[in-house]
Amino acid sequence: MDLMDLNEWAFIGVFLVIAALLPIVPIAMGRLLGPRKPNPVKTDTYECGIETVGDTWIQFKIQYYIFALVFLAFDVEAVFLFPWAVAYGGLGFFAFVEILIFLALLSLALIYVWRKGALKWT
Amino acid sequence: MLRDALIQAGMVPGLASFLDILLGVIVAASFGMVWVLIGIWIERKAAARIQNRVGPNRVGPFGLIQNIADAAKLLTKEIIIPRNADRLVYFIAPVLAVAAVILIAAVIPFSSVVIGTDLSIGILYVIAVASFGTLAIIMAGWGSNNKYALLGAFRSAAQLVAYEVPMVLAILIPVMIAGTLSMQGLVQSQHIWYIFVVPVSAVLFLISTQAENGRAPFDLLEAESELVAGYNTEYSGMAWAMFYLGEFMHAFFNALIFAVIFLGGWRGPGAEALPILGFFYLMGKAILVYLVTIWLRLTVPRVRIDQLLDFNWKIMVPLALVNLAAMAFLFKLVPPPNFEAAQAIASGEFEAAGGIYRLLGPEFMATLPQAGVMLLGNIVLLVGFAAALRWWSRRGRRVESLVDETDYTVEPVTAK
Repeated sequence: MDLMDLNEWAFIGVFLVIAALLPIVPIAMGRLLGPRKPNPVKTDTYECGIETVGDTWIQFKIQYYIFALVFLAFDVEAVFLFPWAVAYGGLGFFAFVEILIFLALLSLALIYVWRKGALKWT
Repeated sequence: MLRDALIQAGMVPGLASFLDILLGVIVAASFGMVWVLIGIWIERKAAARIQNRVGPNRVGPFGLIQNIADAAKLLTKEIIIPRNADRLVYFIAPVLAVAAVILIAAVIPFSSVVIGTDLSIGILYVIAVASFGTLAIIMAGWGSNNKYALLGAFRSAAQLVAYEVPMVLAILIPVMIAGTLSMQGLVQSQHIWYIFVVPVSAVLFLISTQAENGRAPFDLLEAESELVAGYNTEYSGMAWAMFYLGEFMHAFFNALIFAVIFLGGWRGPGAEALPILGFFYLMGKAILVYLVTIWLRLTVPRVRIDQLLDFNWKIMVPLALVNLAAMAFLFKLVPPPNFEAAQAIASGEFEAAGGIYRLLGPEFMATLPQAGVMLLGNIVLLVGFAAALRWWSRRGRRVESLVDETDYTVEPVTAK
C-alpha cells in the first residue's frame, strides 16, 4: 500500500507525533541537565508558607457548568453552519430563509438564558 | 518531488512517500520553534518601547541572542514536582500546550506552493486543534493540586470556551464568501482582502483570538496580581517554559491565521510568479497583526470575570449572529462575481474600461460590486450596533439610578 493514497491525513498523523516530540525533548533535557534535590519544603504546595488547608480537588462551581452548557449549544450549531457556509454560494434564496430560522431558534435560546439570569455572574 | 527522485533512485515507493512526508512535517513543525527565537525578541523590544524601557540589549547585537541565553538558563533549572501533584496529568499538560499550537502549522499556506498539507477542511481543523490548548490549561490547573492553579483553570474553562463562539461565527463569513474551508482556497479567493469586505468579522475574530489565547486584557487565567501565576503556578524550569512557548506561538499563529483569512495571506504583487516573495508578504502581514495584539496587550487593563463573560455573551455573540444573518442576506442580494465578463472587458472590447480592468486586474474588478455592498452593509451594521449599545447602556444607568434608594445624607454627629 502506498502512503500517498491518504497523503493528507498521513501527513497529519506524522505531524501529531513530531508535534508531541518537540515539547517532550526539552522537558526531558531539563530533567537530565537540571539539578534534582527535592526536600519537603520545596515540594510543598505553593501557597503562602503555611501548610495548605482542605482538599483542592473540589467540585466546580455550578455557574461554570451553565456557561459550558450554553457553549455546547452554540458549538454544535457551528458544526451545522460550516457545511451550510461552504455550499451557500450554489444554493437558492431558500437557503437564506432556512438559516435565518436556524439562527432565530438559537437566538431564542440565548435570549431565554439571558432573561433567566443565567448569564449574570454571582 | 522528493518522492519521485527517491523512487527513481530505486527506493520502495512506500518508504519514499514516508520520507517525503517526514521532511515536510519537520520543516513545518520546526517553523514555529525557530520563529520563536526572533519573535520573542520582537515582542520584548516592542513591550519595552511601549513601557518606555530599552528592553534586552546586552547579549549579542541589540540583545538578539537573549532568548538563546534564557533557554540555556531554563535548561539547567530544576523542575520541581509538587508532592501532591497528579504526576501524569502534570506532565501531559505542558506537552499538550505546545503540541496543540504546533499542529496549527500543518495547514498554514506560507506561499502559493509551500503548505504542509492543504486539507479540504483546513479552517475547521485549526479551530479543533487550537481548542486542545484549553484542555492543557485545565489539566495543568487540576494536575498541580494547587488552589491558585485550580482557580486559573476554572476561569479558563469559562473564558476560553465562551470566546470560541464569536470566533467561529466570525470565520463563517469569509468561508461563506469563498465557498471553501481550505486555507489555500481562502487565500486564492481574496481578490479583495476580506478585511475590506467584512471588517466586523475581522474585529470580532481579532478580539476573540486574543481572549482565546489568554492574553491581556483577557489574561484572567494567569492574573499575577490575584492568582500568583494562575494555572502554571506549580511549574518551573523547562516545564514552565513550555507554557510560555505555547502561549507565545499561539499568539503568533493567531496573527498568521488572521493574515491568511482577512489580509490575503501570501498574496501581493509578484507572489504568484515568485513563491518566496509570498512567504515574506505573509510574514510581514502577520508581524503587523502581531504588533497590534502586543499593543492591545500592553495598553488595555485587565477585565473582571463578570465583565469578560458579559462582553462575550451580551455583545460579541449577538453582534456575530446579526452579522452572519446580514452578510448571508447581502451575499444573496448581489449577483456573484462574473469572472468571464471581466476577462472579456480586460481583453479589450471597450477601450477605456479595458485599461482600468487591466490596471487593477479583472478578478479585482469582478468582485468589486459584491465587496462594496458588503462593506457598506458592515458600516451600517456597526453604526446601528453602536447606537443600540449606547441606548442600552443609558437605559441601564437610568434603571440603576431609579433602583438606588440609598440615603446618602450624612447624619450630624452629636456628642453624648
